[in-house]
Formats: sequence, C-alpha cells, structure tokens
Amino acid sequence: MTNARNIKTFFTALPKNIFAGFVVSLIALPLGIGLALASEVPPIAGIVTAVIGGVLVSILGGSNVTITGPGNGLVGVVAGAVLLYADQSELSGAEGIYQGYLIVLAAVICSGLLMLILGFLRLGKLSNYFPSSAIQGMLAAIGLIILGKQFHIMMGNRISRNGSLEYLTEIPQTIIKSFFYNDTSLTFAMLSGVISLVIMVFYAKIRNKYLQLIPAPMWIVLLAIGFSYYYELILKLPNPIHQNYMISGIPEAHEIVANIPKPNFNKVGTFGFWAVVLSLTLIASIESLLSIKAVDKLDPEKRRSNVNRDIKAIGFANIIAGFLGGLNVVTVIARSSVNVNNGASNRSSNFFHASFLVIFIVLFSAELTRIPLPALMAILVFTGWKLAHPSKIIDTFKIGKEQGFIFLTTLIITISIGLIEGIVAGIFATGLIHLLINKSVIPFLRNILKPNVLMFKESDTNNYYVSVKNFCTFLNFSKLKRKLDNIPETEIAIIDFSLCDFIDHTVMESMSDYKETFRKKGGTLEIIGLDLLDAGSKHPFGLRKILPVKKVLESTGVLTNRQELIKNIAKELDYNYTVRKKIETEYLENFIYFKTKTINHTYNEIGKKDTVFKVFDVEFYEGEFIAKEVVRSTMLYTEVEHHLPIFSIYREGLLELLYHYAGFKDIKIEKEPTFSKKFYIKGENDVAIQQLITPELAKFLLVNPNFHIESNGKALLIFTKERLAGVSEIKKMKVFANDLKKLL
Amino acid sequence: MTHFGTILTGIAFSPNLKANIFETLRLGSLLKASVILVHVGEKNEKKEQQISEYCNAFPKFKEHITIIWKSGNPVDVITTACIEQQADLLILGAAKRKKLNKYYLGAVAKKIAKKAPCSLLLFIKPSVERVPCRHVVVNGLKHPKTHNTIQASFEFSSAIGTNKMTIVEEIDQNEVTIKADDDKSLEKSTLLQEQIIERETSRVSKILNDIDESLKEGITIKSQGIFGTRGYSIGHYAKIKRADLLVMNKPEKSSFLDKIFPQDIDYILSELPTDVLIIH
Repeated sequence: MTNARNIKTFFTALPKNIFAGFVVSLIALPLGIGLALASEVPPIAGIVTAVIGGVLVSILGGSNVTITGPGNGLVGVVAGAVLLYADQSELSGAEGIYQGYLIVLAAVICSGLLMLILGFLRLGKLSNYFPSSAIQGMLAAIGLIILGKQFHIMMGNRISRNGSLEYLTEIPQTIIKSFFYNDTSLTFAMLSGVISLVIMVFYAKIRNKYLQLIPAPMWIVLLAIGFSYYYELILKLPNPIHQNYMISGIPEAHEIVANIPKPNFNKVGTFGFWAVVLSLTLIASIESLLSIKAVDKLDPEKRRSNVNRDIKAIGFANIIAGFLGGLNVVTVIARSSVNVNNGASNRSSNFFHASFLVIFIVLFSAELTRIPLPALMAILVFTGWKLAHPSKIIDTFKIGKEQGFIFLTTLIITISIGLIEGIVAGIFATGLIHLLINKSVIPFLRNILKPNVLMFKESDTNNYYVSVKNFCTFLNFSKLKRKLDNIPETEIAIIDFSLCDFIDHTVMESMSDYKETFRKKGGTLEIIGLDLLDAGSKHPFGLRKILPVKKVLESTGVLTNRQELIKNIAKELDYNYTVRKKIETEYLENFIYFKTKTINHTYNEIGKKDTVFKVFDVEFYEGEFIAKEVVRSTMLYTEVEHHLPIFSIYREGLLELLYHYAGFKDIKIEKEPTFSKKFYIKGENDVAIQQLITPELAKFLLVNPNFHIESNGKALLIFTKERLAGVSEIKKMKVFANDLKKLL
Repeated sequence: MTHFGTILTGIAFSPNLKANIFETLRLGSLLKASVILVHVGEKNEKKEQQISEYCNAFPKFKEHITIIWKSGNPVDVITTACIEQQADLLILGAAKRKKLNKYYLGAVAKKIAKKAPCSLLLFIKPSVERVPCRHVVVNGLKHPKTHNTIQASFEFSSAIGTNKMTIVEEIDQNEVTIKADDDKSLEKSTLLQEQIIERETSRVSKILNDIDESLKEGITIKSQGIFGTRGYSIGHYAKIKRADLLVMNKPEKSSFLDKIFPQDIDYILSELPTDVLIIH
C-alpha cells in the first residue's frame, strides 16, 4: 500500500520537480560551459558532466534535493593537469591541450573508481577526518585560484602564467591595462565581463519576483545573446567583441555523439597521474559531502541523505562521465539551493535539470556561440570571490587565533604549492597546535586507538546518553559521529563531555550542526560537561568552549533615525524596545514561509514583556553560496488564544499563476470566489482553512490586500514586503493585526 | 559463601598498608571469610608488630586471620600462595596516575592479575574508614560464565550492603547489521537495536530469576543494554554512573593474537574506572 501511495506522491510532485529542474538548468547551462572553459577543456564537457551526473545520481543516489554537475573546486586541478600534459605532449597549441584533456579524462575515470571503492568501504565520509579550518582554508584557496585566473579573461586580457600567485599579483596591472586598449573589440569584451559581474553582484540585492524567476547567470546569457542579435539583425554590423573572446566550438548534438573523445591511459604508470587522481578524488568527495550536508539543512522535509550511496553514485557517474568526455561529477551547493527554493521535493528534479540541458543543446547549440567569454568568466570570478570572501578569514580569526593560523597555512600552501600539500599542511598545523595547547603528546598517543565514546538509551527516561572520554578532535571525531548518526533526530540526546580533557574546533562546530538538525526535526541535543574546560575564545565554536545557551551579538550603540522613530512608537504604546540582535528565533521556524529559509537573527524588537505580541526586523537568507540572497524584513508576531489551522495567505501574482501550472497547491474557497481568485492560499488542512475564511474575513482581507499572513497553529506572522518597513507601515501593521485577530 | 570463603592479599610496606589491611579485614568480616595476608620479603619484629596492631582493630575477626611470610619474586609468591591456600579471592591495590584522576594497575599487580587462579578484587582507593558501596555494576555478557558472575555479585553485594545493582549487557555494535545511512535505514536499525536489547534483557532476567530471593533483598536491580566495545564500554558506564564496584567475568585464556591487540580486560586494567571485581 505504501508503495502505491509513494508512487502517487511522486507523480503529484512531478510538475513541481520539472519546474525546479528547469530553473536549475538555467544556471547549470552557463556555469557548466564556464567551468569547462576555465578548466581548459572543450565547453561541451561541462554540459556532458551535468547531464551524466543529473541522470545517474538522480537514479542511483541517496540524497533528496541535491543537484550534481561540474564543480568549481576542481577547476584548478583540471586546468593545471591539462596544461601540464599539453606541455609534455609534443603537439602545440589547441592540439596539445586536447591531448592533455584526454589524459585528464583517464584521471577522472580513475578517481571515479576510487570514489566507488571508498563508497563501498563506507569510507565515503572522508571529510570527517579533516580539521574544519583546514577545509575552509582550502576552499578559500580554490576560490582565489579561480578568481585569479579568470579575472584576466573577464577583463579581456588573456595571460598565461605558471603559478596561481602570479595570476593574483597581476590583477592590478590588468585593471590598468584595460583602460588603454587600442582595440575597441577588446574594450567591448572587457565591458561584457564587467557588466556581467555587476549583474552577479547586484542581482541578489534586488527583490523583484519576476526578475528573480530567471537566475542571474541566465540573465547574462540572455542579454549577451540579445546583444549579439541586436548587432546582427538591427545594426547589421558584425559583433563588436573580439573573436578570441567568444565561445568557440559548441558542437551540435549529433556531432557530440559522433565525436566522443577517447580517454588516454598512457600516463597511468606515472606518479604525477595518480597525484592528479588523488586531488580530484579528494576535492570531489569533500565538495560533495559539504554540499550534501548543507542541502540537508535546507530540505523542507528535513530528510537525511544516504551519504555513502550518494558517493557511490557519484563515483559511478564519474567513471561514465570520463568515458563520455565529461569532468568530475560533484554535488554542487548553489544549484542545489536554487533547486530547493523552486520547490523541488525529490531527486527527479536533478534528472529534469539534466533533461533540460539536453534540450538546450539540441535546440540552441548555435546560439551559445554568441556568448562572450568574459561574461561567462564573470560568473566564475564571482564564484571565486564568494569562496575566498575576506569575511571567511575574519570569521575564522574570531573563533580563535590558532584557527586563523591553520586557515592561512592551508591557504598559502595550497596557492603556492598545491592542493594535496595544502591540506596536508593544514592537518599538520592543526595537530601541532593541539600539541602546543596540551603541552604534551602523551594523551593523544595513549588514547587515540581507544574506543572513547559510550552511548546508551537510558532505560528510565528513554533519552540517549552519549559520554565522550579522554579527548575529542578531528582525529577521532568519526567515532562520536558514528554514534550520533545512530540517534533519531526526533529524540532527546545528551552529550556529556565531562570526562573529556580536550575538544577541538572541528568537533564544536559539528556539535552545533547536530544541535540545529535535532532542533529542526523536533528533538533536542543537549551538551553538558564543558564547564570545567577552558575556552580558547569567546566564540561558541572555539576549542574547549562552553556552548552558551543564549548567544548575544553586539550592537553599535548609536541609534539610526529609523531606530529613534521606532523607539518613539514603543514609548507611545508603552512597549519595550530592544536594539540588540537576538539569535533565539526558533519560534519563527515552523511558519511555512521560513521552511526553505535560514534565519540569521532578529533585531529592533518592540513588544511588551509579558504579552506575546512583538514587531521586529528579521534578517534571513535564501539559497546558498553564489545563489545566496540575504533579506531583511519587518514582521509582526502575535500569539492567538485558540487553535488555528496552519496556513499562508497572500495576494496572488503572475508568479503564483505559474506555480499553479507547476502543480503547487492553491486551496480554493468556493463560497468566496473573488477572494479565492485574488489570494494564494497554502496549508495542510484544506477543510479547516475553508471553514476559517468567513465572508467577513474575506471582505476584510480584500480591503487590506497587501499583507502576507502566516499561521503556525498557535501564532500569526504578518508582514508586507520583503524589506524593512517604515514607521507608518509598522503602525498600519499593528492596526491590521488587531483587527484580524478579532475576526479570527 | 561459595564464592568468597578464603580471601588472600599481598602486603608490602607502603603508605597504603594500613588502608589495604583495613579494607581486606573489613571485607573478610562482612563476607564471613577467612583472610590470609601474604607478606613478600624478610620477616622482622617491627613489621610483625605493626601488622598485628592493625589486626587488633578487628577483635572479633582476629581468629580468622593468617599471616604468611615468604620471600622471592612477588608474582610467583602470590600466585603460588593462592594455589596452596586455595584462595577464592585475591585483593590487589591500584596505583594512581600522577596529577590525573586516573587509576591503573602497576606492572607487578598486572602480572599477578593475569596469572591469578582465583577471583580478583582491585581496589582503587583503599581507605581506613568505611566507604559504603552503594551501586554495583555487573556485566551481563552472553557467556556461560555470566550466570556464575551474577550469582557471585549478588552474594558479594548482599554481604556488603549494596542497595543498587545494574546489569549491563554489552552488545557488539556489529550485531546491528543495518547501518543507519538515511531516515529509513535509521528507523530499521533503531528497531533492530531495540529488539536486540529486549532479547538481552530477557536473557538476563532469566538469570536473575534463578538467584535466591534472599540475596536480592534490599537491592534495586536494573538492566541496561549498551552497544560498544566489550570490556571497555562497561568501564566507561561504571565511571559516568559513579558506580562503586564493577563486577566482570574473568576473560578467556589469551592467545598469541590477544597479546598484540588489547583485550577487554586490558582496557579495564590500564584504566580502572572504579573498584573492580573479576569473578573466576
């Protein structure tokens, strides 16, 4: 019976997933081509990777709403290897590079095989053994490598250097040079790059529903193609952008099938080849695992992904992709987050994203050559910038100086020597710091092999109790993790560190992640026994640190004009006003609106102490990585006396009409046709909601159509727009809330 | 008392001497056993006097005490004394690791512990004053010896006036054949774990049924299933539950491989969580 029901749910969710897959494919197309070009391989290789990954991982994988395709982490390694083998082959120019590409394909296949083996040995969770600051440092280094190299192409100044460091240091020269191009076609190339970068940067800051329907990278593609057609059809002039800076050679579909490249296994016997394979495997696994972990947090249904099965599927997809001319398949965070935000509910959206890519290539492969290279590279530069954002270093230093040291060591070694060397240096730096802090190697040597974690279900309370002994760091965290993964997140778990002498940052950070997952799934994870330990810093992730119950962020102290006005309203109404940021936002998380969003904090809160009525500004974000959009909005929260059904009501727009066709449910209120037509209603219990909408309420809402109303069963959340409200709007919101409460 | 008729302990002149003798004699009188004190080394008057002074603190029990003076290698002396005297229980004291609040068995004591032909009691904190033993943790492994161990621990506990006993079933994690990878398998593995624990609990309760009611009087009995490494997790459990005594089966004779890889008993001996009683 459950099978029949599962099939039914699958089919009813299908339109939603097709829609999500479509939106994702709009990003995957430009990103795929861009990543392939940056990796010095034919542009179509990126699309092949996404298609193979999308099809195979959606069928064989174990995660729910992830998207797979070419990953940005691998760009540096692949490009380096291709150029190296191109040099070694006696062929020159494009032919040499193609030879390098064929050898890299062999490496991709081998790394797929390695991942498959890791998956079968259940060692897929490789990244558990790496200190988190080292991983952060490595990711930042990858970002700088991408940014450094692609920046020059974006500015229309293609250069070729030996090390990543040289690319970075020459950025100022390239900027200066770009002002003095003699060739206007180069200036046009540069402009296409700079405008694209501006689009990438500002896209997330504009909250317009219709603009947001198409992802930024697709806007760039559409504008670029439109520009090219404008010159060709209206001005009847050749494209003003230099020919060397246009995408060349996107073959047509039948050519792709006819000319599948043959991987070259000649270098299999060399040491260098296996270094490449190892780098590919390492990054592909780490990037995939981090992405899966992050996407599981976004999943509105809060499911747990089967990581080992996913790694096996990705490994298998790698092998196939390698044979068909593709690159390493990885789980990618930005595309996955877009997938979730557009309503994907199962793996089929990954499949549809692949299908739409095939359709694009079959129908529009000729149009794609109209895209200027700098425009695509701008997307990558933005990606690199996001990976290596200065705030990452600052955040790491806030956790502790020693974490900053590990981060920088990894970063510098990765950029100046190489990836494997960088991560190894990061691990050594971490180990060294642990030894320095403990001033002894003995506790580590004596206890590393001992089983240090005890877990049992207390027979009287049915709580899970986990006690950790001796020390707990990245070296032996997997032991604790294995136990924690065996606890259903809906239960109560108590983690006792009182027998532990030393806990590092990697563990503290993971514990905080576990805490969040438990909270989201309705359970609790409590950490006890840290009181005896010294803290390295005030940061909650700092090593050997107490997890504070209430986290408080600092405020600047000086009030802005708006804050003064809010303070005045608070005074008028005899409310309390608190400026400081509050991180305790659990009460907001069970509203439908926040299901796919992550709340940072609330601030500027006014409300009475003993009543549950408050107005506040809230900062939250949607999406991850380059698709991340931070939003600030003013909302009103009030608890109601009697029980309400869970619902979300707001005015219907064009977008909702589209949602309608994509299979999103809109509850019909038959007695109130005008109301039903004008408002979009979402909720779990149709009948209860239909009963709730009385003629008076419908009339009231039709008079005040601009409010977005949410109920979580016992409280209402009211807001107008996805931006901060002015003082008069706050007043209106309050009047509206009072009237609404009366009607309900 | 079938299990603790004769108690034997080795004594040496250390700062702990008084506490060691007091603990042994107190235990002997509680268990209504006879006590044999074996001194390894030369006999002299001063030592003899000191020991008899300590023994005089137990006037009613004095007649059950035998003192043996023997010189030689402590390991051999004690083990042969155990055989010759047909001792049922050998008491050994543990050493404390410097600065850390951790106890372990010294090299000599460890050798004796491994060779001893009888049950063993390892004291971590011998004390002149009586410290009540409130909570006893007993292993409930699926093993032929377990029945005997539980029987013995009840005899011991009821004699010394324990009021709480927890039988811990250590279950090898490998018995849970389903690995929790996602929600579905997690559900299945949780169910399987519960089934295993239920099975183990019912096995232990069968053993408990066989125990004489008079021994169980006044003792609250609890059963707790734990998934973890044998021998180690029970020690960890005893420590976090602040148990006063841990009772375990004597492990099987170690083979060559066991000498390379630590066995459950090694975990306990290298880091004593509480006083430990190993039943032969």
